[in-house]
Amino acid sequence: MQAFDYFAPTSVDQAIAMLAQHKGRGVPLAGGTDLLPQLKNKLATPAALIDLKKLSSLRGISYDASSGLRIGAMTTHSDILANRDIAGHYPVLSQAAGTIGSVQVRNRGTVGGNLCHAVPSADMAPPLIALGATAVIQGSAGQRELLLEDFFTGPNQTVLKDDELLVALKVPPAAQRSAAIFLKHGVRKAMEIAIVCVASCVSFQDGVCAGARITLGAVAPTPLRARQAESLLSGKALTQDLAAQAGTAAAQEARPITDMRGSIEYRRAIVQALTSRTLMQAAALAR
Amino acid sequence: MKHNITLIVNEKSYTLEVDSQRTLLDVLRRDLSLTGTKEGCGMGDCGTCTVLLEGRPVNSCLTLAVEADGQHIQTIEGVAQNGVLHPIQQAFIDHGAIQCGFCTPGMVLSTKALLESNPHPTELEVRTAIAGNLCRCTGYDKIVKAIMSVNP
Ligand SMILES: Cc1cc2nc3c(=O)[nH]c(=O)nc-3n(C[C@H](O)[C@H](O)[C@H](O)COP(=O)(O)OP(=O)(O)OC[C@H]3O[C@@H](n4cnc5c(N)ncnc54)[C@H](O)[C@@H]3O)c2cc1C
Ligand code: FES
Ligand code: FES
Repeated sequence: MQAFDYFAPTSVDQAIAMLAQHKGRGVPLAGGTDLLPQLKNKLATPAALIDLKKLSSLRGISYDASSGLRIGAMTTHSDILANRDIAGHYPVLSQAAGTIGSVQVRNRGTVGGNLCHAVPSADMAPPLIALGATAVIQGSAGQRELLLEDFFTGPNQTVLKDDELLVALKVPPAAQRSAAIFLKHGVRKAMEIAIVCVASCVSFQDGVCAGARITLGAVAPTPLRARQAESLLSGKALTQDLAAQAGTAAAQEARPITDMRGSIEYRRAIVQALTSRTLMQAAALAR
Repeated sequence: MKHNITLIVNEKSYTLEVDSQRTLLDVLRRDLSLTGTKEGCGMGDCGTCTVLLEGRPVNSCLTLAVEADGQHIQTIEGVAQNGVLHPIQQAFIDHGAIQCGFCTPGMVLSTKALLESNPHPTELEVRTAIAGNLCRCTGYDKIVKAIMSVNP
C-alpha cells in the first residue's frame, strides 16, 4: 500500500475538524473491509485515514417502543446479529447482516461503512430503506438528517460532504401488523456479493395492504425503491397473484447492468422472483 | 508516518515502530517472525490470515497494525500450551483435517472463537463459523467432523 498518515481522534468534533483540514484528502476509516481492498488496489489514494474506532458515541444500538431504533454508524454487523431488540423488532436487519461476508468481515465491517461505500450491492441499504430509516449526518456545519433513500447519489457516491460523517441510522417503530423480509440471491451460500437483493416491508389494516416499501439492491446505480410495484398493493388483499404482478412491475423498474455476476435479463427475472417471495413471506409474518 | 505501538501477542507485549500503511499481518510475519499466520489473497476472501483480535476472528490482512495498538492478539503460535496441542489441533490431526496445512492456522482460530462462545455447535453453525476460511485440499468434510468432535 502507498504511504498515508493515520489519525485516531477521540471525539466526533475532532474527527470532523481533521476531515475539514484535509479537504477531501482525508478519508474516514471504519472497519476497513471495503477501504483496505481499495487502498491495496490503488482505487483510493488518500493522504490520511481518520480512524473512527475511538468514537464510542458512534457505536451501539438503542431501542425504545415509542421512538424506535437507533444504530450508531460504527456498529458492526456482528453487533447487529447479537442484538435482541433487532432480532425481536427488526429481524429483517439481522437477516441482511447475517449474509454479509464471513464472521471475520462481520466482526470488523460496520453499517456506516457499508452505506458510505455505497456500492449498489450493499446489503444493509435495502432493508434499512424498506424500514423507512433516516440517516443522521454531522459535519462542520452541524447536524442534518435525511431519508436514507435520498443518501445515495451513484455508485460509490453519497450526499456526504468531505467534512461530514454518517453518525447514526434512525428507524421508526414498526407499524401494527407489519413485517419485513430480506432475500439475497447469489451463487454461493456464504461470502457472496448479491446478484440481486430485495427487502420488502408491508403493513396491513382490515386484511388489506395499507402500505408497502420494496427496495431493490444491485440492480441500479443506487438502491432503488420499486414504487410502481408498491402502488399496485395498496388497499388490496395480498394474494399470490398480486405479489407476482408486483414482482413483474419491480422487474420493469429495475435498471440492472450485465456484469460478471449476471446479465440484465437474469437480474430482472430474479427481481421478479425475490420481490414476490419477500412480499408473500412478509404477509405471512405480519398476520 | 511512523507510530509507536504496543501489541500484546499471545500474552506477550511487544513495542514496535510501524508505518501507518503496514498491515497487522505483515507486522506479525516480518517484525515478530510469527509466520504461522499466512497470507493468501490479501483481500479478506480466504481467511488464512485470521487472528483473534480481543478474542474475535478478524482478517489481519485488512487490519492496520496501528489500529491494533494496545490490543490483545492471538495467533496460531499461542494456541498450544507448554508444548501440548490444543484439543482442536489434536482433533484436526485425528480426523485427517489437514492436508497442505495452509488454511489450518486460520481454521483453528475460527474454531477456537466459535467453541468458546458456543461449545456445542450444530453442523450449520460450524459451517457458518468457517465460511470465511477457504480450504483447497480437504473438501471441508473432515474439518467439520474434527470440529464437531472437540466437545462430544
Ligand atoms: C470478503 C468480503 C466479503 C464481503 N461481503 C459483503 C457482502 O456480502 N455484502 C455487503 O454488503 N458487503 C460485503 N463486503 C463489503 C464490506 O465488508 C461491507 O460493506 C462493510 O460493511 C464495510 O464496512 P467497514 O466498516 O469495513 O467500512 P470501511 O472499509 O472502513 O469504509 C468504507 C467506506 O465508507 C467510508 N466510511 C465508513 N464509515 C463512515 C462514516 N461513519 N461516515 C462517513 N464515511 C464513512 C470510508 O471512508 C470508506 O470510504 C465484503 C467485504 C469483504 C472483504
Ligand atoms: S490473506 Fe487475509 S483473507 Fe486472504
Ligand atoms: S489443507 Fe490445504 S488448504 Fe486446507
